[in-house]
Amino acid sequence: MQKRDIGKPVFFADMLSSHHGMSTNYLTAKKGFLSWLFTVDHKRIGVMYFVSIALFFLVAGLFALLLRAELMQVRIPNATATSYMISADHYNEAFTFHGAIMVFLVIIPSVPATLGNFLLPLMIGAKDVAFPKLNLISFHLYIVGALFLVYTIAFGGLDTGWTFYTPYSTQTSTSVIAAVFGAFILGFASILTGVNFIVTVHKMRAPGMTWVRMPLFVWAIYATSVIQVLATPVVGVTLILVAIERLLGIGIFDSNLGGDPILFQNFFWFYSHPAVYIMILPGFGIISELVTTHSRKNIFGYKAVAISSIGIAVIGFFVWGHHMFTSGQSALASVFFSLLTYAVAVPTAIKVFSWVATLYKGSISFTTPMCYVFVFLFLFLIGGLTGIFLGALSTDVHLHNTYFVVAHFHYVMMGGTLIAWIGGIYHWWPKITGKKFNQTWGIISSIVVFIGFNLTFFPQFIMGSRGMPRRYYDYLPEYYSFHLLSSIGSFVLAVGLFIVLFNWLHSIFYGENESLANPWKGKSMEWTETAVVPIEHNFEKQPISTHGPYEFDELIKPIKAGGH
Amino acid sequence: MSGTAVQDTTWQGSFWLPQNISPMTGGQDNLFYFIYGLSVFFFIVVVGFMVYFAWKYRKKKEGERTTDIHGNTKLEIIWSVIPAILFIVIFAWGFLDWVKLNQPPQDSLEVKVIGRKWDWLFIDTKSGAETSDLIVPINTPVRLTMVSADVIHGFYVPDFRINRDVLPNQYTVLWFKAEKEGNYPILCTQYCGTKHSQMVRYVRVVSEPEYQKAMLAAQGAGLTPAQLGKKIFEGKGACASCHDVSKSKVRSVGPPLFGMYNEQQSIILANGKNETAKFDDNYIRESILNPNIRIVVGYPSVMPSYQGQFNDKELNALVEYIKSLK
Amino acid sequence: MTDHSHGGEAHPKYLAHHFKSMEQQTSAGKLGMWVFMGQELLFFSGLFCAFGFVRSMYPEMVAQAQTSMDWRLGGINSIILLISSLTMSLCVRSARSNNKNATVKFLLATMACGFLFLTIKAAEWGMHFHEGYYPGKYFNPIPEAPVQDIHAHIFFGLYYVMTGMHGLHIVVGLGLMVWMLVRTLKNEFNSENYVSLENTSLFWHLVDIVWIFLYPLLYLAK
Repeated sequence: MQKRDIGKPVFFADMLSSHHGMSTNYLTAKKGFLSWLFTVDHKRIGVMYFVSIALFFLVAGLFALLLRAELMQVRIPNATATSYMISADHYNEAFTFHGAIMVFLVIIPSVPATLGNFLLPLMIGAKDVAFPKLNLISFHLYIVGALFLVYTIAFGGLDTGWTFYTPYSTQTSTSVIAAVFGAFILGFASILTGVNFIVTVHKMRAPGMTWVRMPLFVWAIYATSVIQVLATPVVGVTLILVAIERLLGIGIFDSNLGGDPILFQNFFWFYSHPAVYIMILPGFGIISELVTTHSRKNIFGYKAVAISSIGIAVIGFFVWGHHMFTSGQSALASVFFSLLTYAVAVPTAIKVFSWVATLYKGSISFTTPMCYVFVFLFLFLIGGLTGIFLGALSTDVHLHNTYFVVAHFHYVMMGGTLIAWIGGIYHWWPKITGKKFNQTWGIISSIVVFIGFNLTFFPQFIMGSRGMPRRYYDYLPEYYSFHLLSSIGSFVLAVGLFIVLFNWLHSIFYGENESLANPWKGKSMEWTETAVVPIEHNFEKQPISTHGPYEFDELIKPIKAGGH
Repeated sequence: MSGTAVQDTTWQGSFWLPQNISPMTGGQDNLFYFIYGLSVFFFIVVVGFMVYFAWKYRKKKEGERTTDIHGNTKLEIIWSVIPAILFIVIFAWGFLDWVKLNQPPQDSLEVKVIGRKWDWLFIDTKSGAETSDLIVPINTPVRLTMVSADVIHGFYVPDFRINRDVLPNQYTVLWFKAEKEGNYPILCTQYCGTKHSQMVRYVRVVSEPEYQKAMLAAQGAGLTPAQLGKKIFEGKGACASCHDVSKSKVRSVGPPLFGMYNEQQSIILANGKNETAKFDDNYIRESILNPNIRIVVGYPSVMPSYQGQFNDKELNALVEYIKSLK
Repeated sequence: MTDHSHGGEAHPKYLAHHFKSMEQQTSAGKLGMWVFMGQELLFFSGLFCAFGFVRSMYPEMVAQAQTSMDWRLGGINSIILLISSLTMSLCVRSARSNNKNATVKFLLATMACGFLFLTIKAAEWGMHFHEGYYPGKYFNPIPEAPVQDIHAHIFFGLYYVMTGMHGLHIVVGLGLMVWMLVRTLKNEFNSENYVSLENTSLFWHLVDIVWIFLYPLLYLAK
């Protein structure tokens, strides 16, 4: 009987190892809470990120349910500031925390820190990332940054919106300094992870693995890492300047002190726009992996999909001003930003078309991961199309800072990144945990999430274009039925997400063991070269790459002279 | 808070958009519907193919063969070029509208707009008339020069399709030409704190004679000090957005003021010490010019100072008004 | 069992387990450092942009405020940093030539330069404080001070932030050097295993280059 240490990771590993009776894998190799907290194994680090991110997703999601519950009530015209379930100030703090936690603690790290960490070395045939100790430091920094945000929730609150616009953020009495410092530390973690991944992809690929033999997920993570490294320092310095402005009143962003609030917006969005590509590109990578594996077909247009990731990363650095069309920035600058915004839409469209074309003449299984691919394509398509309204200078004027924008970014960030993330977790679940999950409930979860999501966010497009502003505690009566519908939808969505959570928990504690090393019959190294659950050093011996990642057995190869 | 007629809640407009009272650009709504039409079309095409392929190529037996297709250069070029062309068209259309949006006509009526936490104030440049709602004559171009007294606000009139941030220490400009009489909501679109969603005012589009009458009334000649005080309290001071003056003494961001004159107040000094102060003329004056020296117990220290914003006559008027609340 | 053979020779203890060879490890270390420096450059670029913006908003104020900057002290500091970059490069060269004593000497020389730089910088700040040029809302020039512009607190605020951030990087660099010193004394570095020293050197060169831009921008450009 093993000594049970406290702490979930151990319990988790015990659950899995005791059911296995197999040789040691990365979960069972070393035991004890400290062996996890100070591990340098990229797989364990990925798992720890996963637990943290899932937890923060739950917290930020609860804030969202609080907001939607509040907005469900009939509004009384000319209400005072404290009329309803929660006060206006608490409402403002709730949406700030919802946004800040979701952006900084959940969506930005979601795919790279969990699946990126776990899969990157496996997919390229390496034993670990280039700098395993740095990887651990990144995780610790993530936790420290998170603690600063938790501190802010408990002490002082935060009511600036996740965007911290000055001069409101330099003047309000809430705990802005703690929050921006936490965000700064999180940014540092993000930068170090980006450095790590870039060097890993350049220097640690298996023999024979040329760039065009890499899985598209690796391309996606690589492009994301470039953005992480180049964009994050700018928001880092911006947040430091906000903190110093609050402490010392330098007069850089506050016009009452001689500064310029639009300078803040420019600095802030210089990072925060590329940040949304940090969020979505890895999601795109997941979809490429899932759609190929579950339809047994090579990706349609590998080079186009790969290069479009790089294209989006590069062009994405030059469009930040489309968040500022109505800010009072120069009208000419707005013109350039609008044009470039459409430029970045083209490679995005290419990807969507390529994924659908991949289905053609395939052999499609309606597994849980594949269901999430369909949900992704539907939701991300809507999100992307609604971006077109926002990129045009004149239509944006009417839609800016309304619920139309809120719906747009939820469709792409949640309907895009988060859905892809859930699909990816399901897809790689047997490799990460060695367990099977319940497919029926998995498919049910995708349907409930799909319905709940559309019910929550589609009405928001309509009320947005009808003039309903965002971040509003109160609203005019003509928007009531949309808010009601949206709030009901949010509870349905919550049910769907809880089904996902319970499905995963059930699998860990009661799930059947996975016996196959390659249950989906994938052709990339994380499936073909590993045990059911990878050993600590990933591979028994150095894998050699001899074919591309999507050369499935079912493919009928064209007949060439000399054979294949 | 609004002081104007309660709005009729039947929706005026199409499914997606409110009625367009200021179609000066002519293009804005048309572009919206153009993009919408294209979006619906492409949505049906993409989802259609997705659903069709998902059904037609569903797995019928284990290990069945699939065709190894790596791509189709011609198709890929087509589906890159066509969206690119459409995007350029949309961009250009948006750009042309944008030019019109940013060029107010030369003979516009000039109005200055001041946004502050949490109310708007409109000053007719010609007559100096100050109003809390924006009163304009029909079919007249109006040019708004906007500034904020504190943080960034956003001036948005959905029915006019105009929207721009209002900045401190810097002017931003908007213009419109309303073509139908009525009351149209003005909503703040840049988050500005507690009552961001409650600084709702209206654009009141009226006939020319009505407009002249309203401007005269708003100039407030011959007001008693208490009446002038009331005007400032509800208007450019935006005091009403935080202080209730009704008999029910509602607690808001700031303490209620009804019947407070000559009462004793429990207050906290800036150094944390508790004290009681008499709510007399000096107390009122100090609270307006230096509000954070003495804070009423149980309230946050958020009142901005009005130092330099009111002259003695206006300060006196405010004092008289508050005295009259009984 | 993981394969540990490297062409027959014993597994060197400075070769990390996840790398196949010293070439891979060294090359990865170098690439990582260059990528990291890319982001450092962007970090400081943000500050340079902010400064450029303030300069375009208040040209006369900036010109007046810059009269209080002592270009000679700044110039001495520039020379000190340039010398320190030289000594740091020589340090790496010594390590690669297996010359432990020279490695230690040059490391100490670089650190001495770093400390000297910080001392002079602190003195400059002290001189500014003496005139009442405190940052931000504490800006309160004494009556005899030459800079009295009402917006001058912005220049000085940025000046302290920029030189402060730079100084922080110098401190970090010194910390890295202490660590390198300890490792050198423990005989860790040789012609095969030197990438940590080289990375420290690269970091120090970056700190130097940032100063090469800071100095003219803050002290000289009029």
